[in-house]
Amino acid sequence: MRALVTAVYVFLYAPIALVVLFSFNAGRHASEFTGFSLQWYGKALSNPFLTEALLNSLIIAFTSAGTAAVFGTMAALGLERLGPRTRAVFDGLFAAAIVVPGVVIGIATLVALVEVFRFVNPVLTFLWPGDTPPKAGLGFFSIIAAHGLFSLALVTMIVKARLASLGRDIVEASSDLYATPFTTFRSIVLPQIFPAVAAGFLLAFTFSFDDFIVAFFVAGSKTTLPIYVFASIRRGVTPEVNAIATMVLVSSILIIAVARLLLTERRAS
Amino acid sequence: MAMSAAGKRRAVTGLLVAPAAAWLVVFLVLPFIAIVVFSLGERAPEGGYQPALTLAQYMNLPARAAAFWNTLVLAPIGALACLVVAYPVAYYLAVKADPRWRLLLVSLVVVPFWTSLLVRTYAWMYILGSRGIPNLLTLVGIEDVRLLNTPFAVLVGIVYGYLPLMIMPIYVSLEKLDRRLLEASADLGARPVSTFLGVTLPLSMPGVMTGVALVTILLLGEYLIPQLLGGGKVFFIGNALVDLFLQSRNWPFGSAIAVTLVLVVVVVLLGAMRLAYRVAGTRQVDLV
Repeated sequence: MRALVTAVYVFLYAPIALVVLFSFNAGRHASEFTGFSLQWYGKALSNPFLTEALLNSLIIAFTSAGTAAVFGTMAALGLERLGPRTRAVFDGLFAAAIVVPGVVIGIATLVALVEVFRFVNPVLTFLWPGDTPPKAGLGFFSIIAAHGLFSLALVTMIVKARLASLGRDIVEASSDLYATPFTTFRSIVLPQIFPAVAAGFLLAFTFSFDDFIVAFFVAGSKTTLPIYVFASIRRGVTPEVNAIATMVLVSSILIIAVARLLLTERRAS
Repeated sequence: MAMSAAGKRRAVTGLLVAPAAAWLVVFLVLPFIAIVVFSLGERAPEGGYQPALTLAQYMNLPARAAAFWNTLVLAPIGALACLVVAYPVAYYLAVKADPRWRLLLVSLVVVPFWTSLLVRTYAWMYILGSRGIPNLLTLVGIEDVRLLNTPFAVLVGIVYGYLPLMIMPIYVSLEKLDRRLLEASADLGARPVSTFLGVTLPLSMPGVMTGVALVTILLLGEYLIPQLLGGGKVFFIGNALVDLFLQSRNWPFGSAIAVTLVLVVVVVLLGAMRLAYRVAGTRQVDLV
């Protein structure tokens, strides 16, 4: 039994280790290891297309996760105050946001936005006083919107679970002691749900940072890091791709470790 | 005019849920309506969409039967393959593992799930590619083995990508298993195998079903694994969708496939939920 489980852990981590190993390869071929070198990291980091994609991904992940953390927490708090029917509608929509495949979310957002732009752009051109009217199109906004949908559902679910296990008596005690609802929220509820909000934010961040398929449809001419990695894989496997992949892996492992710590602390207390 | 307490409460509730409600309507409900409308239209001569009211796109679905077939066969097989690998691990973690190491071991299972699927799948392009395992096999005299771009490669990628998601729900259901039941079974003279088959396995069924349902549903929309490891030979519905939207620009037909895919997901989900009701006591799964 032990041997079998060990084998599964090897199965889980060996491929990742291989990617990391070959990122340090001195040779240019991804197949034989010819010596240790950091040159591919240097090449990757001095590649302007890559750094731009990385920056785009960071902006998108930060914005979509941040918005989702705020709106999702608000929604989780608000849902508790709604009637069972309205709440069921919300629960259904949040479940749909999680269950509907990313490829469909990407397509549907693309189709809907293209239609909206087709209507909006002539109006903008007509109303704009200058010669070069702004043109609404796919880009940061559409990726953030589509990532935000999944993230919003994720944060709401996590915070809702935390709220469900929160003691009501302490909230009532606070209001019995004449604390305003806002004071109660700030000094009683928020500190207790904060680990859940933070974990939700981090998970939403890693989701957005790693997502390929949704962004692939709605990115327009913008490149995110996964889109860049996908394109490089198609161009051919080189140690540079491994260097990028290693950096992506290390950063998401760090983020997820922090998220897990936050959620575990919650369970322990 | 002063607001009544009830009115004020309602206003606060409204403000709290309004942003989420707006987001859900604008970026989930409206886009879904849009693809339903598109799926009833026609392809414009230059690509894209032309308004119409026809079921022609749906009648044309058999043209992509291969994608549906691959998906509907490989998704459940992939989920079951995951289950076979996942169950012993979950059992070990929940029942056998040293409590001091348990948290670490569980974390090590979860972490890969939250790292880039793209990168993890890329790793297998390496291993299964001609310079990987097939190359090693030639050293021992087995020639001409091709692994990449086969259904086998896609299955390996699936098991690799979704294993954590299968282990977790089974682990959760085994972890809350009452140990005294196992002792009682042993005290009554049951052999370990019959204890496992008669007590442990039935009690872990909710976790097994949650895992199988989760993995199957996610696999129905998979794109990356068949794309990178199936190399255009083993393609899923997701791959057909990318082709129709970004290459052949047949948006109405693509929309019809997308709507059908959502319906398939809903049917699988409802089926899983019905089963879960029968096996009572499913607990929500922590994905983190």
